[in-house]
Amino acid sequence: MKKYRSMVLISNGDSSQSKGSEAVIEAIHQALNKYDLASEVYVTNIPDSGSPKAQPLVIIYPEAVAYGPIHAEDVDFLVSEHLYKGRVAESLRVNDPFEIKRIAWLVQRTGTMPAENRVVLEYVGVIDPTSINDFLTHDGGQAFPIVIEMKPQEVIDIIKKSGLRGRGGAGFPVGVKWQAVRDAPGDKKYIVCNADESEPGTFKDRVILEGNPFSMIEAMLIAGYACGADEGYIYIRGEYHDALEKITNAIKAAKEFGVLGQNILKTGFSFDIHVHSGAGAYICGEETALLASIEGKRGEPRSKPPYPTTNGLWGKPTLINNVETLGNIPPIIHNGPEWFRSIGTTSSPGTKVYTILGNVNRTGLMEVPMGITLREVIGIYGKGMKGGAFKFAQTGGSSGSIIPAILQDTPMDFDSYRNVGVALGSGALLICDDSNCIVDCVRVLMKFFKVESCGKCVPCRIGTEQTLQIMTDISEGRGTMEQLEQLDLLRKGMEQLSNCGLGQTAGTPIKNMLEHFRAEVEAHIKLGVCPAGVCAMEG
Amino acid sequence: MPTIKSIEDLKKLREEAQKIKEMRDQTGKTQIVVGMGTIGIAAGARETLKAILTYIEENNLPDIILRQTGNLGLSGMDPVVKVTLPNREEVTYRNVNPDMAQEIMQEHVVEGNVLNEYLLKE
Repeated sequence: MKKYRSMVLISNGDSSQSKGSEAVIEAIHQALNKYDLASEVYVTNIPDSGSPKAQPLVIIYPEAVAYGPIHAEDVDFLVSEHLYKGRVAESLRVNDPFEIKRIAWLVQRTGTMPAENRVVLEYVGVIDPTSINDFLTHDGGQAFPIVIEMKPQEVIDIIKKSGLRGRGGAGFPVGVKWQAVRDAPGDKKYIVCNADESEPGTFKDRVILEGNPFSMIEAMLIAGYACGADEGYIYIRGEYHDALEKITNAIKAAKEFGVLGQNILKTGFSFDIHVHSGAGAYICGEETALLASIEGKRGEPRSKPPYPTTNGLWGKPTLINNVETLGNIPPIIHNGPEWFRSIGTTSSPGTKVYTILGNVNRTGLMEVPMGITLREVIGIYGKGMKGGAFKFAQTGGSSGSIIPAILQDTPMDFDSYRNVGVALGSGALLICDDSNCIVDCVRVLMKFFKVESCGKCVPCRIGTEQTLQIMTDISEGRGTMEQLEQLDLLRKGMEQLSNCGLGQTAGTPIKNMLEHFRAEVEAHIKLGVCPAGVCAMEG
Repeated sequence: MPTIKSIEDLKKLREEAQKIKEMRDQTGKTQIVVGMGTIGIAAGARETLKAILTYIEENNLPDIILRQTGNLGLSGMDPVVKVTLPNREEVTYRNVNPDMAQEIMQEHVVEGNVLNEYLLKE
């Protein structure tokens, strides 16, 4: 992936086009060629943003300065001042006070680039996943030789220093988890790679595994060495046939190559990896259920503590990390923790892989630094909404949060999202426009949870059933205000009393719905209408 | 594939592989890469790959390296085919069906003209 020094965003929606944004884009490309900057500056269009008074709007990163309105004749001056000489062209800056207020979110983006920065995905889609030679020619296999010459504790210190946090959704500091496994008593320890990616709408782990399976083996070797483990499991979702085949072949090739097995490269360190095909249930992505499933039991979670770090697979200390988390390990070792800290935000360094889907013009996979905003994701990578206005986004699959439009300028990192009461989740971004009804959406989610609840604990088993019933009543026009109170009570009960993550997060969509979309829900109950025209109101 | 016995072997082997890659880039062979992840295969990448192979066999084209890779992460753009002619920049085509693949082979790989209408543009 090519690296750029600067990024230029030009608003190119209907309103901007009527004011000549196409000519501005053309002029910018010409000016960049004139000053020989075309290879350093990335130019892209975004949908209309801000007020019409300042359109066409031009935003230049990493300084995060907004210029507008810009006409084709201003472009030469703008490019020569800002991009060539490197100073802000004050005379062209947005000066409309109302507009300045609307783009206030830009202030906190100073010094960052919303550009794609592929760390985990760097060689995905570049190398041949079936060839270990191709992997070695693309920076592969560089981290393990560094690690093997260090003491295990030094490796853990590097990971701690990098500030890497788990990418599975919870954002737990990885170094702390590794330390806990290393410090746990016992001579037999396990490393488990959680590739049971079952959140609806996520496929990042699959793409990583299919595109670069050898880096996963390398990361598990490093984790095994650091934590003192000699056996690893990859628990891979049963539906991922291609990924399963690629990783199985990769392990076979690595064994023949001599980097997996007993006494690897005569260093005295032994490590072996097994592949376990998933049992096909959503709950098997939860760590204790996953371990039970590997042991051959029913995939049911147990209560924690004891945590898997001390009492995991077959009662031994076990490290469980997500595919994306492990994918970050070799680049950190190779480039150093300071490099990793320079990407993303202070509290959540590094990048995050998102799958973007829903009512946007372009769907797919992208890896961007932590701290980018949802508005930028939709504008730059989604290429704008397909039609209709942005209403809400669902992050991290079913158990993630519903992000309303008012929060779309919040930086996407673990702490910023937690501060406003939502969760980043595992990386799916389902973008919904105003033709979607929140009640209908939450009803579908509750149906999913009802089906996927394992039924072991009462709050989750009964709670999901009851909430689905109430949501169905509301969506069919039979809802009452008492039911709405009951819904909130059930949601709290599930959150506080459930045994595992499924029940604890099943109420999140309801919580977000009642917090941000209460008026729309009450319209269903009090007025008997669905404002979006989705629900079939019978009552 | 040789079995390696020590860290030094690994380092040496990587350097050798690097050299081979550099030589490959310079020896004037055309490289064609097809994205073959789950998304690519679902979109018909296998048929595209077969069409390219058939073309190479039928026309007896020498010095072509045909490889596969994972997903680029652009849903809706698959199957993706990347073509690198010797000493030229890499060109990426999107939504390549078998007919387009034949056309790309004929026009781009043999004649050397980039087919602009099929290009993947950002």
